[in-house]
Amino acid sequence: MEKEGPGDSPDKGKRDFCRMILVGVASLSVPGALVAATERKSLSDWYGIKYKPAEHLYAMGIKVDRCIGCGRCVDACKKENNVPDYPFYFRTWVERYIETEDGQTTVDSPNGGKDGFRAPVSDKRIFKTFFVPKICNQCEKPPCVQVCPVGATYRTEDGVVLVDSKWCIGCRYCIQACPYGMRYIHPTRRVADKCTFCYHRVVKGLLPACVEVCPTQARVFGDLKSKASPIIQFMRFNKTFVLKPGLNTEPKVYYADIDLEVR
Amino acid sequence: MWKRTPEQIRHLIVPVVVLIVLYFGVRHLLIPSTYGLWGHYRANSVIENAEIPVKYAGSEACADCHSEISATKKEGFHRGLACETCHGAAYIHTQDQEKQKPQIPRTRANCLLCHEYQPSRPTGFPQVVSESHNPLKLCTACHQPHDPKPPHPPKGCEACHATIQRTISISRHGSLACTTCHEVPVNHKLSPRANMAKKPQTRDACGKCHAQDSTAGKEIPRVDMATHGGKYLCWECHYPHMPGAR
Amino acid sequence: MDHEIARLYETLKLVVGFIYPNEIELGWNLLIVVYPYITGLVAGAFILASLVKVFKVKEVQPTYRLALLTALSFLLVAPLPLVVHLTHPERGYEMFMTPSPTSAMAMFGFVYIWYLMAVLLMEIWFDYRKDFLELADQEKGYKRFVYRLLSLFTKDRSHEAFAFDKKAVYAITVVGIPSAFLLHGYVGFIFGSVKANPWWSSVLMPIVFLFSAIVSGIALVLLIYMVVVLLKRQEPDMACIDKLASFLFYMMIVDFSLEFLDFVHRIYQSEESIHILAQLISERLFTSLIVIQLILGMIIPLVAIALIKMFKWPAEIRRLSYFIVGLLVQFGIFSTRWNVVIGGQLFSKSFRGLTAYKMSVGGIEGLLVSLVFLVLPFVILYVLIRWLPPWEKEETPPVQG
Repeated sequence: MEKEGPGDSPDKGKRDFCRMILVGVASLSVPGALVAATERKSLSDWYGIKYKPAEHLYAMGIKVDRCIGCGRCVDACKKENNVPDYPFYFRTWVERYIETEDGQTTVDSPNGGKDGFRAPVSDKRIFKTFFVPKICNQCEKPPCVQVCPVGATYRTEDGVVLVDSKWCIGCRYCIQACPYGMRYIHPTRRVADKCTFCYHRVVKGLLPACVEVCPTQARVFGDLKSKASPIIQFMRFNKTFVLKPGLNTEPKVYYADIDLEVR
Repeated sequence: MWKRTPEQIRHLIVPVVVLIVLYFGVRHLLIPSTYGLWGHYRANSVIENAEIPVKYAGSEACADCHSEISATKKEGFHRGLACETCHGAAYIHTQDQEKQKPQIPRTRANCLLCHEYQPSRPTGFPQVVSESHNPLKLCTACHQPHDPKPPHPPKGCEACHATIQRTISISRHGSLACTTCHEVPVNHKLSPRANMAKKPQTRDACGKCHAQDSTAGKEIPRVDMATHGGKYLCWECHYPHMPGAR
Repeated sequence: MDHEIARLYETLKLVVGFIYPNEIELGWNLLIVVYPYITGLVAGAFILASLVKVFKVKEVQPTYRLALLTALSFLLVAPLPLVVHLTHPERGYEMFMTPSPTSAMAMFGFVYIWYLMAVLLMEIWFDYRKDFLELADQEKGYKRFVYRLLSLFTKDRSHEAFAFDKKAVYAITVVGIPSAFLLHGYVGFIFGSVKANPWWSSVLMPIVFLFSAIVSGIALVLLIYMVVVLLKRQEPDMACIDKLASFLFYMMIVDFSLEFLDFVHRIYQSEESIHILAQLISERLFTSLIVIQLILGMIIPLVAIALIKMFKWPAEIRRLSYFIVGLLVQFGIFSTRWNVVIGGQLFSKSFRGLTAYKMSVGGIEGLLVSLVFLVLPFVILYVLIRWLPPWEKEETPPVQG
């Protein structure tokens, strides 16, 4: 920056200053411009054309009385969706509830139930015990979408809550906002991650991986907008419950035969 | 009018206006083009999420080539079990057989993931205690995985109703056969859900042993069936598998 | 990443009861404790400055400019822990490009910019413009240019121009008070609006945050004033310090009442979460909440100032007590932020268990970086005090020796 001399016009300092500001701000935009520039110009030749999301509304039913706690769902989900195999990151998991005759309830989920469960070790007599699979509830009023500051998580027209891993900044507000503990930060991609109902399978007419491998059909998946779908039968013949209804998140995962101890 | 505004305001407004104009200009550069098309998110991200490669082929895909096994499996107890649950993700295999050969699990551990006895497993699900159930043999030695009929139907009821058996065995009803109270159709062990066992429906069922005029053993407690328990059926208060407990 | 994984395995051993599997890792760590602490100091220091201009409390006039400069130094550092905490800091600009209108965090970016540019910088500029002009005359070389730049190349030294400056300061302070409330109340709202978390979800959260911020801000300016005056080897203005301590006392009474109300309300309503929260306090937060926040940070300072008011101790004792009180309050309010941020993540949303926070010392999100962020504002303040002297010329006594 040249020093002001007595012969310079009074506006020279101002011009230099303005130039400095412009160059500084412009250079900040380089990384962002790269992202925007690599965006595809045309969206898709099949999504929205051959597959119309507005014609579908996906939901899952879980029959607690059928779950045997084998953990195949947890295993398949991790394989299908590249979730790292540490006991800290789960898109779905299985909990075991043990209610003993003294009125105490113990809950556990070793490694999310992925390797099954070991026999309970306790002197107390068991009153009631069962397994409960848990999964992202794909809420109709998702608090995670509400709090995301940049719109990196959103609900599609067919009712699935997804994450934009190229836009997520990793502020973790969504993880705090989810009442069900369904979200986590992916350790290598360093963005928020969650169950997507295997969206990439579902739009092709396949089942989510967890539903696919469940040996006892404890997980039922389908399209609420369809006239004939397993989920419609499930809703018709079961008295269903959702988790934390008081929070008004309107989950799309319905539980049948659930117990009052389940949170 | 511009000249009449105080110099401070004039000198402040210029950088402020420049910054605001820069902000809107930069926004245009930095916001991806598909942002906002369908909602407050990048529309392209939906496509990206929808086009992630699939790893599990789905149970219908296997039948195309493995029609015999599929046909066998459809009739047996494993009809609801997907091929990939035991054989692993196989989508690549459906595209190129040589590139990926699905695994064939050959250890007891694989079957025991589902069939090891656990009290939390629902009643009616076939379970074994692996330590005592042919511990030195592979499961496949006696059970064909695609049609896993047991070599002979289980002698007792505990193969599928293990928790009930454990509960009743330490109770006062421990010496009773299940058929004392439950009417079990002949084919129940072959096809349980199609031939369900029946539960007693009237107080007389318990009255056979517990009524005042019953001819059963002297050690069995007697009640006056007319007055005891009012309008309730016996098992609405007494758990038949652990009658001592309230 | 292996380091993080190892730490998570360690944390797994400390889990009590049942937690949802993903809850093992705390999303918001020490950096997010530092952030509300810093913005709290900003809001508090500014409210103190506003006492002079808007409420015409003459006694605390010596701290007016110091409070503004303190607010600015801390405000400049405030976004740093947030940006560092992001897993993709290079995408941080997205909050200004595509802010979600339903997200409190997104709106906060604009509240921050508003407060920095339209309130704090404006107020400092209008208050200092006369000084910039005078300093530009006195200095030579690059310093002269800097002061010309700081005055935005204005030249008007007329009586009307300076009168305009004074009116502008008053107007900006009036706008600034609700802006300061918004700046830190918003941080409280970011926590208070999370219905998933019963420790945070409360209507009182923004109010409690704000009043504890005012408490910490007043205490900070009190401490800085005493230190700066000590370093300049001057006599501290006791009327000023007494008044500051008085305001601190009244604000602490309000803050204590609000926190007490929250406590009573929780116990009385006795919602589902009461058991796990009681367990949280007794097992994980006992030292930070009962000992530091309550006893050291609230009760002892209140009692100390009350005693000073009642018994009118001599100046030296009062100065020492105020200094200790100021320090205790800082620890107390920092602990308050810790209890809110970390405490809210230590219990499971299943209400059945507790996890643990294993703080790392090194690393980008560790203790050392947080300490740097806490020290950095003082460095900035030092630079600011050098370039923007907070004392009017008439108040500076002749240099000793």
